[in-house]
Amino acid sequence: MTFSGPRPRPSDQTTEFWAATAEGQLLIQRCDRCQEAIFYPRVNCTHCGATELSNEAASGRGTVYTYTVARRPTHRAFADAGPYVIAIVELEEGPHLTTNIVGCDPEEVAIGMPVELSFTPAIDGIALAQFRPATAHP
Amino acid sequence: MRGRGAAVGVGEIKPVRNTEGETALSLMAKAGLEAIEDSGLAFGDIDGMLVHPIGGVSMLAPSTVLEFMGMEASFAEVVDLGGASGAGMIWRAVAAIEAGMCKACVCLTGASRRKRAPRKLEQGPKASTGWNIPDRSPFAEFEVPFGNIGANVGYAMIANRYLHEYGATPEQLAKVAVHQRDNANMTPDAIFHGQPITVDDVLASPMVADPLHLLEIVMPVGGASAVVVVGPELARSLDRPAAWLLGAGEQVTHKTITYAPSLTDTAIKASAARAFAQSGVTPDQIGLASVYDCYTITVLLTLEDSGFCAKGTGGRFIDDHDLRWNGDFPVNTHGGQLSFGQAGIAGGMSHVTEAVRQIQGRAGDRQIPDLDLAFVNGNGGILSEQVSLVLGAQP
Repeated sequence: MTFSGPRPRPSDQTTEFWAATAEGQLLIQRCDRCQEAIFYPRVNCTHCGATELSNEAASGRGTVYTYTVARRPTHRAFADAGPYVIAIVELEEGPHLTTNIVGCDPEEVAIGMPVELSFTPAIDGIALAQFRPATAHP
Repeated sequence: MRGRGAAVGVGEIKPVRNTEGETALSLMAKAGLEAIEDSGLAFGDIDGMLVHPIGGVSMLAPSTVLEFMGMEASFAEVVDLGGASGAGMIWRAVAAIEAGMCKACVCLTGASRRKRAPRKLEQGPKASTGWNIPDRSPFAEFEVPFGNIGANVGYAMIANRYLHEYGATPEQLAKVAVHQRDNANMTPDAIFHGQPITVDDVLASPMVADPLHLLEIVMPVGGASAVVVVGPELARSLDRPAAWLLGAGEQVTHKTITYAPSLTDTAIKASAARAFAQSGVTPDQIGLASVYDCYTITVLLTLEDSGFCAKGTGGRFIDDHDLRWNGDFPVNTHGGQLSFGQAGIAGGMSHVTEAVRQIQGRAGDRQIPDLDLAFVNGNGGILSEQVSLVLGAQP
């Protein structure tokens, strides 16, 4: 099953992030000073405050930090999705992000489950970074 | 701040599902006027006003309300802390009084509630105010597309993480809703007055967002709550008991739960610790916990992080105690928002009005005998904004 929620509209600050999604890349920022990685795009490092940040593509590997199964649609765009999984995934680089877990039954999702990036098809140059259960061979 | 101010009057509009004929502004004004009258002060005695952002009023909310009510104020402010706004207003009013900016401040909260047509997709989610302007909120870009919209799924993810890290049983969480319903059955104005429920009822109610059942989730209503706060001289001059502010703390850590420092160690720890330290009171002295309860998990986390029990033992604490007005650890004696109703920001304020009533000794059939000290916690967003208060019968 594939599904996709309301379309995001890039701001001036996130144009590069969203453009990269059409190329199959999930950009995170790494602080040039403390080397911590952060998500979503900011103007300063949330760990040390430095403004020297570099974009890098996330590996796409992570684990489910927590999740819920939405039994009632949280937006009209999900009206026909049936129960769907909203999750916070911890990327192997460290940052947490909000996503959907797809490619498995919602009842199979568990905290700690290894997952991998699975972009939705791009529409108008924007793809959404969803995740699916990791394949056996990383 | 200890002993520098007190709540002396409250006003409250009975919660209803449909407030047709009223606006948030009109409901807030009515509650405010009732609170002023209840305090024994004259209309013209009020010289301070605190409000929260009001639907349809995009800016200058305090002056809009003052003009609507025909009042002037030497201190007026918007408190924008979500569900923590009500509690946040109380210490700000006392601080303003202590600072000499005003002598009597009315704190206004309220919401209208209508049945309305479903929102159109292109209108975007209710939570996003930036949908049609060039500047987007991170929330609109990075949460909404994945359906992380509204409080249910956010608290559900918190609950699942808590259950993973520490564990609690569905029955323990359900007991919070059941005992608060018992309290609501002693509260004639409560929206669910006269409708007792059991643990089985809670667990049999529909799963809305795993692991949250329908009866563990607040129901939106219309209504309003208000409180009058004065300085010590005025409080002593009035022929009524006062609920003195003994300590307050506030902590804001994030907007969206995804980016919170922790999903299970909440900002309540810091806000409650400051409130207790300022008051010189310890959690074991508290006779009423009047704490924000948008969900049952919120109550469990608040009891832990306020210091009533250790982290990870909230479920057992709930098992071991009777949370009703006549129990050994009374929680939300008005029914909490789960059973009293959540009238927007006034839902959070209802924890204040109930604590004031209880300390003043006029909580009717649900009065806690000889109550000296109450703990109030306000919670905004998805555990985002926290305000803790210690209130006492003596300054």
